Amino acid sequence: MIKLSTIATILDSDVLTGEEHKDREFLYCRGSDLMSDVLSAFAQGSVFLTGLATLQAVRTASISGAGAIVFVRNKKPNPDVVALAKEEGIPLLVTPLSMFVSCGRLYQHGLTGVNGNR
Amino acid sequence: MPSIQKTFHVTKNDFIHAGEASIHVKNLLKSLNYVPDLVRRVAICGYEAEMNLVMHGGDGELSVDVNADRIIVDVIDHGQGIADVELAMQEGYSTAKDEYREMGFGAGMGLPNIKKNSDEMVITSEQGNGTHVKMVFFNKGLNV
Ligand SMILES: Nc1ncnc2c1ncn2[C@@H]1O[C@H](COP(=O)(O)OP(=O)(O)OP(=O)(O)O)[C@@H](O)[C@H]1O
Ligand SMILES: [Mg+2]
Repeated sequence: MIKLSTIATILDSDVLTGEEHKDREFLYCRGSDLMSDVLSAFAQGSVFLTGLATLQAVRTASISGAGAIVFVRNKKPNPDVVALAKEEGIPLLVTPLSMFVSCGRLYQHGLTGVNGNR
Repeated sequence: MPSIQKTFHVTKNDFIHAGEASIHVKNLLKSLNYVPDLVRRVAICGYEAEMNLVMHGGDGELSVDVNADRIIVDVIDHGQGIADVELAMQEGYSTAKDEYREMGFGAGMGLPNIKKNSDEMVITSEQGNGTHVKMVFFNKGLNV
């Protein structure tokens, strides 16, 4: 189980919104650019990594129950995306790292896939 | 608990608002204290059907009818309809345009996700005549 603040450190990322949820805890990680894929499995307690910095990524996270979004490869969302995430209570992080390296680092720190696999 | 009905208009190709209706439904059910698993299943199904309306269908509405025993979500659009519903239901089948794929849609998983997360699902569609996706969820547990 790792905290949001730890994830931010591990991924060298900026927190764009959701600083107040820094103690939120995570067990699982999913990296995907497919929204229906994200919705197809249980997401409670997971962090969602994606290269799509869109309103739909935030809504998909909210609907699925994911606890935070990390935008990889420095994908910076527009202000309306940040505002929506704030409203939905979903922290947004941006990392300069690639999807591969981001997932690798989180794996190393003990996170599993959303089905519990390692 | 008295029954509650709500209807939200949903507009084709409007990605600024796409998904809002389902988030309203999710918040409504949460505020009524339905168990989280049921809220999540209804939200996922509503959202998948709402996104399908926005991308593949036409202008229409998402309606929800809520009572203590069950929740019904109807998503009705007046778009082009589905030529072959059985084919559309298959995992991986998608006619999504490239611009939608770039936004993260088009895995062909939406309708299968609805099937998996609802207790009853009925699609009524005819080419040229729009699409009606009816989804029923039974409240087997508690809390309301
Ligand atoms: N409301 C609709 N109107 C017309 N066609 C539809 C509608 N809903 C679904 N379809 C058709 O059924 C196909 C499968 O839908 P489904 O939701 O399973 O996948 P998708 O929307 O293409 O991709 P995904 O949902 O994974 O992003 C669609 O590609 C489209 O051809
Ligand atoms: Mg779909």
